[in-house]
Amino acid sequence: MPRRVAIIATGQTKHAARRLDVNIAELITEAVTRALQDADLTMRDIDAVLLGNMEPFEGFLFPELWAVEGWGGYMKPSVKFNTGGTVGTTTAIAAYYYVASGIYDTVMAIGFQKQSEGHTQTAITTVGDPIWERSVMAGAIGNFAVMATTYMHESGVTEEQAAKVAVKARRNACLNEYAHLQMPDITVEEVLRSEMLAYPVKRLDMCPQSDGAVAVIFAEESKAQKLCPRPAWIKAVATAHEQQYMGDSPKRLAEMRSLIAASRRAYQAAGITNPRKELDVAEIYEVASFAELAMYENLGFCERGEGGKLIDAGVTELTGELPVNPSGGVLSTNPIGATALIRVAEAALQIMGKAGRRQVEGARTALATGYGGNAWTDILILSREKP
Amino acid sequence: MSREETTLRVPFLLDMEYRYAVGQYGRRFFTELRDHARLMGARCPECERVYVPPRPVCGICYRELHEWVEVGPEGTIVGWTVVRLPFIDPMTGEQRPVPYGFAIIRLDGASTSLYHFLDETDERKIRVGQRVRAVFREKREGSLRDILHFRLLEE
Repeated sequence: MPRRVAIIATGQTKHAARRLDVNIAELITEAVTRALQDADLTMRDIDAVLLGNMEPFEGFLFPELWAVEGWGGYMKPSVKFNTGGTVGTTTAIAAYYYVASGIYDTVMAIGFQKQSEGHTQTAITTVGDPIWERSVMAGAIGNFAVMATTYMHESGVTEEQAAKVAVKARRNACLNEYAHLQMPDITVEEVLRSEMLAYPVKRLDMCPQSDGAVAVIFAEESKAQKLCPRPAWIKAVATAHEQQYMGDSPKRLAEMRSLIAASRRAYQAAGITNPRKELDVAEIYEVASFAELAMYENLGFCERGEGGKLIDAGVTELTGELPVNPSGGVLSTNPIGATALIRVAEAALQIMGKAGRRQVEGARTALATGYGGNAWTDILILSREKP
Repeated sequence: MSREETTLRVPFLLDMEYRYAVGQYGRRFFTELRDHARLMGARCPECERVYVPPRPVCGICYRELHEWVEVGPEGTIVGWTVVRLPFIDPMTGEQRPVPYGFAIIRLDGASTSLYHFLDETDERKIRVGQRVRAVFREKREGSLRDILHFRLLEE
């Protein structure tokens, strides 16, 4: 039987377009020291450290060496993860396995990216298969745009409904002291009028490129109870991978096969039959406004084709029935190697009651997702109750 | 610390060339494309999905693929866009001229879809479900760019 595992502490940097004040090692150190302070631990109390990053973005190809002292790796067991958009959740799920297995008691997961130092669009193109995809790819934005038109065709969602997601994210971000894009006065009209990058995706429909790091500490049951007044227990984890090429999934965003498979597996493990009613908050990996609407449908928050209606009805607003991304989400903050782990950290903050002005009152069950590579999905369900 | 000190940065320029083997299934596909302007897929013996790009194994059934079938050259648009954001073309290192039409296309006879360019950049003239046809280059050398683009068909 796996041991019970909880998140007991988190640390984030102030995320920004350019953190010119620090180098990569210092950026990581900022998040790590905050997580240690949060748990009132020192690095000596951490048994193993797992590091997540997408190296091609900055060409910082050996972070486990070049930043080792900052991330606390000296003489410790460690592994580096490099799985695209899911980096952060892969690292979190691995940390869960490390502790649940009984081999380590206290494990730190770290994610970071300093996108201002490299070439994000060009690096994302290298995600494509070199023989079949790169020569005709159009970066992350062109790729999302073709998925968005498929989804609009299948579900009937409008550009205006997608713009509402973009507005919700940037307004929620104003309540999050770590968020990168904070736009208190943003309007739907402003999103619709922003520069067309690739139809139907406009500049304000897309996530930014950010510099940032995050660290999350996982502990086994007795340590968690001793060290943390209200730990965020890991109730379920799940991972699912798509097929090889971007055109393999027949309906793309309209039927996100890996998100459906992983979420249903996690719901089952957590005993959840009606996610909209039984989840109190969700932190999902929505890299574009359209993707969030599609994810509502694929996560089972609503019926097929109802994603647009969910945002129209305000269900996913901070004050709604199921708040989605009270942190401001990926649309507000996207240091890629940290992004999915930020989802986990924010979900944990909600359970711990430490989410400040973005706190969802009485949150007891939270969902966190990672999504990336070629449509891979990671899911974690966190709970105030022990599993 | 002064502003000057905090913004010191070290530049690094990289110009690297990579060469990737297209593999056995790619060799068959690209040879047919180069020599006969013909598009081929590989069929799974169990679920009968026809894969383009062809590959050794159907990931769903985990069966090896040995049967080749011709697909296209006509197909249907599954998703599309007109790219207006300039970005660096990784094949050349140069900025790819914008705007250009870009789509994911289900070739007739195939179960999966392929990314490629469209010959249209007017958003009002493109839609999901529209029929398209591959336009082959005169001089072909055995790569995906032996297809110049897909042409929208009159309806």
